[in-house]
Amino acid sequence: MATLTREDVLKLARLARIDLSDEEVEEFAGEFSAILAYVEKLHAVDVDGLQPTSQVTGLTNVMRDDVVKDYGYKPKDLLKNVPRVQNDQIKVNRMIG
Amino acid sequence: MSQWQPLHEIADNVRAGKLKASELVSRSLETISDKAEYQAIIATMAERAKERAAAVDQQVAANQPVGRLAGVPFIAKDNFLVYGAETTAASNILRGFMAPYQATVINRLEAEGAICVAKANLDAFAHGASTENSDFFVTKNPHDKSRVPGGSSGGSAAGVVLDMAPFAVGTDTGGSVRQPASFVGCVGYKPTYGLMSRSGIVAMASSTDTVGVLANNIEDASLVIDVMAGKDELDGTTIERSDQPYTDLSGEINGKKIAVIKEYMGEGLDQLVKERINMAIVKLKNSGAVVSEVSLPSLQLSLAVYYIVCPAEVSSNLSRYDGQRFGYSFEGAKKLDESYMKTRQHGFGKEAKRRIMIGTYVLSSGYYDAYYKKAQTVRTKLINEFNEVFKQVDFLVGPVTPTTAFKIGENTSDPLKMYLADVLTVGPSLVGIPAVSIPAGLVNGLPVGLQLMAPQLKDSELLSVAKAAEGIIS
Repeated sequence: MATLTREDVLKLARLARIDLSDEEVEEFAGEFSAILAYVEKLHAVDVDGLQPTSQVTGLTNVMRDDVVKDYGYKPKDLLKNVPRVQNDQIKVNRMIG
Repeated sequence: MSQWQPLHEIADNVRAGKLKASELVSRSLETISDKAEYQAIIATMAERAKERAAAVDQQVAANQPVGRLAGVPFIAKDNFLVYGAETTAASNILRGFMAPYQATVINRLEAEGAICVAKANLDAFAHGASTENSDFFVTKNPHDKSRVPGGSSGGSAAGVVLDMAPFAVGTDTGGSVRQPASFVGCVGYKPTYGLMSRSGIVAMASSTDTVGVLANNIEDASLVIDVMAGKDELDGTTIERSDQPYTDLSGEINGKKIAVIKEYMGEGLDQLVKERINMAIVKLKNSGAVVSEVSLPSLQLSLAVYYIVCPAEVSSNLSRYDGQRFGYSFEGAKKLDESYMKTRQHGFGKEAKRRIMIGTYVLSSGYYDAYYKKAQTVRTKLINEFNEVFKQVDFLVGPVTPTTAFKIGENTSDPLKMYLADVLTVGPSLVGIPAVSIPAGLVNGLPVGLQLMAPQLKDSELLSVAKAAEGIIS
């Protein structure tokens, strides 16, 4: 059975880009171990000769022509929900330095 | 009985000038206000709804054609993008988000004259089975205010039973339309995967996300399905709809082969719920259905498969909430990475974090094969078992939930216990088949739902037999 340590949870939080409080780390470590124990019943299932399914209706690549279609949206309206806008551009936080 | 007439009658009366769309919208908004204590609604969209109603009334007065849902008010779960109100998915991270475009299915409903009056509460991002995971408040069950209405479409389901509107739209990823319908006592329909466009709907688990309907009866649900169904160039997973209307319901049950799922009637099922379901099945048999029992052994694994596949897809879909492009953004971060970490810490509720983290774990290097790939392969096994059974029978039947509505707070301390509320609904979701919850009476004053399922694309057949069943068992 997989048991998740504090360090495991912190590593996952880092991968998922979520800061966690100390209480959350403790709580999740216990809960995740229980949830993983439940789903681990799949380990014993015989799936010899079967392929994984990720799409249930049998669609494969859905193609369309690569043409610009005007839906009538204005850039100003589309930018309304953006936290920080400058010159009609999305301003992001600094990455380096 | 509902204060609302059947949907086609409402529309007929509006078209004939006997009912005004504006009066219907006012009645809906008044009921929402009168029953505010149940907390089914996050926001009303009174202004836009009244404008749209006035437009419908003017079209009628000018003898212009109006649609098949002319003047019919409805409620949308707050994970549908709709003009005129915020779309929050009941999450703090989307608080204040105004839809810059509208969901395809909402456009289709509006094109037929339907009018969205309010946005309903849900578990944040549709993660849950009780609305207790809403970042805002918990919706109360109309039958007992100390109990949950189910979820995640709990606000939509409660809104229909409280008569706030004659129908509501919801999403069903692992049971989120059927389970609340069962808990509050209305019809909850989940169509074949791909029949409805998800464009403009906040994504949860894309391989099982579907749009469903909550309504007073099957006939109403079928009309709404008929209006919404079909391919959409904005959602590549959509499939061709039937060339026949979904409203042509024979309501015939005589001779239909219906099989009881053995695994659904066993351990964990409340004894009184079981008796109620057995009574309903006897009634179907007495009406001419050919009832048998089948075994789908892998159904016992379906919840484990779902709680790997779903968090994996959730972790991917929720990566877009980065505090840069839309939604809540943590102020004061010096660098991009810090902004991501803090925005997601403060913006997401506990269940969203839980699912993102579990999903990250099962997709991470070293665990991907053991968890995610294995789950998707067991999913194939489950699909094969359903395909085999559907060679012998037309429909499958069983309960929707193992118990009636639970108490608010009863399952919140144990996430695994909460996940078990979905144990009977995730199977059809993973297989992509249509399934419906129809009211099957009460146990100790609380509703019980009967679940019927059909093969993929047999939505018309399922709606037809469900119509017969609702007349027999309710």
